[in-house]
Parts: sequence; structure tokens; C-alpha cells
Amino acid sequence: MSDQTPVLRLEGIVKTFPGVRALDGVSFSVLPGEVHALMGENGAGKSTLMKVLGGIHAPNEGQIFIAEEPTVMTSPMQAKAKGVVFIHQELSLADELSVAENIFLGELPLKGLGRVDWAKLYADTDAILQTLNVGFDARTRVGDLSIANQQMVEIGRALTVDPRAVIFDEPTASLTDAEKVVLFEVIADLQSRGVGIVYISHRMEEIFKITDRISVLRDGQYRGTLNTAETDEDEVTQLMIGRSLDLSRNESHHQMGDIALEVRGLGCGSLFQDVSFAVRKGEVLGFYGLVGAGRTEIAETIFGLRTPSAGQILLDGQEVHISSPIDALRLGISLVPEDRKSQGLVLSMNCRDNMTLPQVDDLTAGPFVSDGAEVAIFDQYRDKLDIRTPGWRQIVGNLSGGNQQKIVIGKWLSMRPEVLIVDEPTRGIDVGSKSEIHNLIRDLAAQGFAVIVISSEMPEVLHVSDRIVAMHSGRVMREFTSDEVTEDNLIQAISGITEKIA
Amino acid sequence: MTPQDRKDLFKRGAIWAFILVELAFFSIVGDAISVSDKAFMNVDNMLLLLKQSAPIGIIALGMTIIMINGNIDLSVGATFALAAIVLLDSMTWPFMQSLGNWAIPLAWVFALLTGVALGAINGLIVWKTGVDAFIVTLASMLGFRGLVFMYNGEQPTSHLNWTLVDFAEAQFLGLHTATWFLLGTVLILWLVMTKTVHGRNAYAIGNNREAAVNAGIRVGPHFLLNFMLIGFLAALSAVVFYSESGSVNPNDGMLYELWAITAVVLGGTKLAGGYGSIISTLGGVIAIQLLRKGLGHIGADTQTVNLVIGLILIAVLILDRQLNRKGQEELKI
Repeated sequence: MSDQTPVLRLEGIVKTFPGVRALDGVSFSVLPGEVHALMGENGAGKSTLMKVLGGIHAPNEGQIFIAEEPTVMTSPMQAKAKGVVFIHQELSLADELSVAENIFLGELPLKGLGRVDWAKLYADTDAILQTLNVGFDARTRVGDLSIANQQMVEIGRALTVDPRAVIFDEPTASLTDAEKVVLFEVIADLQSRGVGIVYISHRMEEIFKITDRISVLRDGQYRGTLNTAETDEDEVTQLMIGRSLDLSRNESHHQMGDIALEVRGLGCGSLFQDVSFAVRKGEVLGFYGLVGAGRTEIAETIFGLRTPSAGQILLDGQEVHISSPIDALRLGISLVPEDRKSQGLVLSMNCRDNMTLPQVDDLTAGPFVSDGAEVAIFDQYRDKLDIRTPGWRQIVGNLSGGNQQKIVIGKWLSMRPEVLIVDEPTRGIDVGSKSEIHNLIRDLAAQGFAVIVISSEMPEVLHVSDRIVAMHSGRVMREFTSDEVTEDNLIQAISGITEKIA
Repeated sequence: MTPQDRKDLFKRGAIWAFILVELAFFSIVGDAISVSDKAFMNVDNMLLLLKQSAPIGIIALGMTIIMINGNIDLSVGATFALAAIVLLDSMTWPFMQSLGNWAIPLAWVFALLTGVALGAINGLIVWKTGVDAFIVTLASMLGFRGLVFMYNGEQPTSHLNWTLVDFAEAQFLGLHTATWFLLGTVLILWLVMTKTVHGRNAYAIGNNREAAVNAGIRVGPHFLLNFMLIGFLAALSAVVFYSESGSVNPNDGMLYELWAITAVVLGGTKLAGGYGSIISTLGGVIAIQLLRKGLGHIGADTQTVNLVIGLILIAVLILDRQLNRKGQEELKI
């Protein structure tokens, strides 16, 4: 294959954002008829790379070549005109429009006086649908289609031009096994027509089934390309995770106290069912599973954001009813949410006001909020968590991700909770801050807090947890102590394979 | 001084710089084309300007809080008219007439309570149904205006009480009664928004409602309180204005909501919520009143004045966007 001209080649791409080097010299190439996997942990730079490729971000350095022709990408539309098309994980379809209108959105065929040429539109669309071998027609309303079929419409969009390269971003995230088979057939068909495919996915099984080569990113750096046939999951994992970050297994065995929080048979509709676990004072309990396994929803239910349909929550052995975050906070349960920007912070406010937000009611002197009391709390937690900011007046939106996350953690710690739930503690945070936050979580447990950590990153879960609860589609599959857990049995548990464990 | 502080100062100072530019412009141009013998910048003229700013100004201050909170209130003009009718008509009720001048404070209380009640209706609907405030107050704008017309048909409602007129026309330390009400409102609301828990939470809710809920803030009661507050202020505005004029037409107060929003936006408060300042809204109110008076001073008619205000508003918003763009990450449209 090496004598072929790559359809797409990236060389030395560098992209920096204030405080972060998101891409640091990334190079790789896609040959015609090849399926090339792009792998890396969350935050490794895959999506930034895709945005550079789609012209949404301009790279600071480096060059993109299409069929060895140096090209500057300015917009996704322009990329498409050059034959580079994207199939996104998030569907971006107009539900109320027909399949045909969606596929040709922005480039509807016209006849005189700006009128849409409907006959041609439907005929062209049906021709595309034919090649995709789907069971719906051009006039179907997109909102009436299943998710899998909507994905087919997205793929149909890519086929309105003669694509040279098609980039699939986590295409199977919401597909059933049967639907995946259809998708893989479409990919094989594109392959046979000489189209180069970039396939982004976390799922090893698929990667080894359909790809020819695997390129790995870690912390924004290109880590190498492997021939799929000559490698195995271990080697890929090694490249992805590396050992630059201290993520050795948690070995500490300090004294633990009584059970702080216990959950018995908790369920919430179809989101999760029959969940039982307990966490002790001084313990870190990790929750691991795929996206959609119900971990975040459990945290939200305990925090009073969702109403449970079954089960009990016990705090210090007493059953409690939590119907809102106000109840949860009063009982000493705090939640550091998954998405700090949309759920955790008021980005337009300064550091101090964000940190004291949940307790500002208690910091008043007469009718007014007491400046001194607020600053005292801020100073205390700034020092404790080593938050780097020019001062409390700094607007939170201008801080780096790691410092923002520390503000959120400080906000909840200053409430002196008994149980602290941290959802994705290090999402979108650079490596250095990650290990600081990991250490912080361990320290909190050592100080006697009961901590629940939800994470999608296996090394992180293994690093911080004393025990790990593995979840799969809304159910607890297995609970591991840190002695008995291995990467293998953890992966098996979250994939829903339990039969082997006798 | 950090770049952040400088930027903040620049943003807060912008509206006052604009006012200075207006003053300079109208003084010089007014002199040059000399349509009027009187200088534009004379003390009486400026005091009058402040007094004339009061009715819209008091409403705009309330609108600032509503908008910081992430809502909007289109019904304030109708609330203003209904409160005015209650104020004037209640003084003609038989039992009120027997009270002599004690009828005046009582009539004020009736009018203000009317405003609070109408605001509470808006607030409760927004809280309990979750319908967007724009839609809720659009409906209540029509509904409240309907009540205004039901009260006295197309006829004006009039009652002139000379004690009241004297009070309204009084000057204390040079400033008119209405100006004192405006400045008092500014002071109190500034304290509320910068120093109290309610103010803090209003900003938080407006910028990120989800984060506010996660922090245990009760969003609904804050909404209700703010709508009651703006209802109160719309009524206060009516009390200030009609104590002097003594006659209310059923069409009075129309478009006041839009003038109030214009002043708020000119002062830099964001329609999307979470940002804004009471003091800057006062600047916005004065800037608009200056523009009207100044353009009149150099001989422009009302239509021209509206055109110019519209153009300036758009220019200001384009400028604001240019200055505040966050990198290149925004979607191109």
C-alpha cells in the first residue's frame, strides 16, 4: 500500500489554546481504500485535530495535504468541497425536514427563479439511499427515523460529493449490534471505492475488526502508527495511556470509618435499576462504565436532581428523602458535576463569588453579604487546593480548566460535606493538573470524607479508588476491591460479560 | 491594575463617556447653528432633563434586574397605566375624600400594591409553568392594557389634587421630587444587586441556571420577587408622574417597556442574562434623554430623534460585540 498517494496527510500540526498545547506536532496519513483508526483517551486531542481538519480551528503550525496538494482548510463546507467529509457523533439533522432536504441541506438543486427542483432532489437522494441500502425513502421525515437510520442520513450527506476521505467520529456510540453490521457494510463499500476512512472510536473490538492501521494520540502528541494485523490491544493501550502520568494502582490502606452513605435497590425508570452500594468515611469508591451506563444519573439522583422510582438512600444508617439539591446540601452531600462549565460554574462571576455561591445565605451581616467572610473562605480554599489565580476578583471564565475544576471542588468542600461525589474529576484538564486533582481526592479520603468518583478513564479509576463499582447499561455488574481488580476483569464487567466470572 | 480590571473599567465607563460626547456635541453644534438662544448646558435644562428621565428611568432600573435574572417584562407599560388609574381614581372614592390629605398616601399605597400584584401574577406564571417570560409578559401586557380600557373606556381618568401637584413640583436641594425618586431607586437597587444574597443569586441564575440549581438556589422564588419588584417600580413610576399631571389616558405608557429595554441595553446589560449593572442603566437612561433633548435643541423632529436613537443602539451593540468577542471559536453565521 505504501506506493499509493495518501488521500489525506497531516504534517506537524500544532494547535495551542491559552494555557494548553492541544496538539503538539501531529502527523499521519490516510491511504485510499484504507480504514485508519485514530485513538486516544478523552482530551488526547482527537476532536481538536478534527476541528483543524474541518477548518474550524486554524493550526498554529503544520500543513494539511489532500492528495499531496497543500491545502488550507477554512470551513467544513470548504473541506467537503475538497472531498473531506465528517460524520459526527452528535447528529446534526433538522428533524422536521425530509431525508432529501437534510442530505442536500445548503446545496438544494435549483431551477429558474430560485425555486427548488424537487424532482431532481428526490431522484438524487434516492440514488444515494440506494447505495446505502436502507429501508426508507427520500420523502421520509427525519424525526420519524431511528437513530441508526438518522446516522445513515448523515452518511448520505457525505455522499453528495465524491468523497476522498470520510471521517467517522464515534459512529457506533448509539447503535445496536445489528445496526453496526449495516454501518460496517457501508464502510466496506466506501473502502472498495477507494475512499480513505478515518475511524475514531474507543472500542477496541471494532477497531480490530475493521481497521487497517491505528494511529494513537496522547496528550496532544502523536504516539505512532501501528498495523492492525501486527499489534494487539495491549500495545495500543500502552501507547494510549503511556506512563507519563503517575497512575499507579492505589495501594494506600488507611483506616476507614463507618458507612457514610448507603444505597439499596435504587432505580430511576429506565436509566438504572437495582443499584446497591455503600461508601465508608475515608474511602474512595470509584464508578466505572461506558458512557450511558447510568453512573451520572445515579449521582444526580442521590443529589436530588432526579426522582428515584425505587430503592432507599441511607445516610449514617438513617433513611433520607432527598427531593432537591437543597435537601442534599443540608444533609451534607455535595456533587461536583460532570461538566463544570455548564453545570458547575457561573462563568461571568469572579472566583470568590463562585466558591461561596451555595452558602452565601449564611455569610450575611445584616441585610448585606459580608465581604470579609467570603474572602476568608476563598483564601482558605485557595491555599488548601493551590488554586492559581491573580486574586479573587478574577472572572472564572478566564481561568484554566484545572483551576476552574479546583474552584468547583473548593465550592463543595467549603460546605464541609460528609459525602463528596465527583463526576469526571479531570475531564478536559491537562496532565499536570490531573495528578494534582488525583492527589487531592486521595487526601480528602485520608481526612475522613467519603468520596465517590465517577470516571470514564480506567487508569484514573484504578489510581484513586479503594473499591470500584463496574456498571453496564444501568446495572451494577460487579464490585471490586483494589486488590482483585485488573484491567481485564474491569473491561469485561463494563461490557456486560459476567458469565465467565463464576 | 490587571488587563481584566482595565477592561471592566472601560466597559463601565463607556456609557458615561458617551454622555460626555453627547453634551459636548449638542453644546457646540447648538451654538454653531444657533436655533435656540439658550445654551444647551444650562443648569435648569439639566435638572429638567433628570426629572424627565425619571418615569422611564425607574422602570428601566427594574428591567435591569429582570434582565440580569435572565427574564424580560413587556407588561410594565400597561402596569404603569393601570397603577396610574388606581392612583387618580381612588382619590375620588367617597371614603377617601373624607380623609382630606391623608387620601394621598393611601392612594399611593393602592397604586403601588396594584403594581406588586400585577408583577406577582407574571412571576407566579413564569415560576409555576416554566413558560418563557417573553411570552408570559406579552400576554399580560395585552391583558393589563385590556383592564385599563375596561376601567374608563376611551376616556381619560382625571383627578387633580393641588397638594399632590405642589409636592411633585417641589425642589429639594435643587433636584425635583421625581429626580429624588429616581436617585433613591438607583441607590437601593444598587445595594440590592451588589451587596445582598438576592442580587448575587439573580446574577448566578441569569448566567447559568443549571449551576445555580446545583448550588441549591431556589430559582422560582427569585423570579417571583423580581417580577413583584418591577411591578412595584412601574407603579412607583406612575405615582411620580401622575401626581403632577393628574390625568391618565388609556394609551399612556405604551412602548415604555421598549424604551426601558433600550436604556438597559445601552447601559451594557445583556439580554441573555447574567451581566449588567444598575449604575450603567442610569447612564443609559440619561444618554437617551440627552439625545432626545439635544436633537430637539438643534431642531430635529421626533421622527428623526427615533431614527437616530435606533441607529446609535445598533452601533453600540456592534461595537460591544467587537470588543467582547471571545476568540474565533464562535460559530460563524
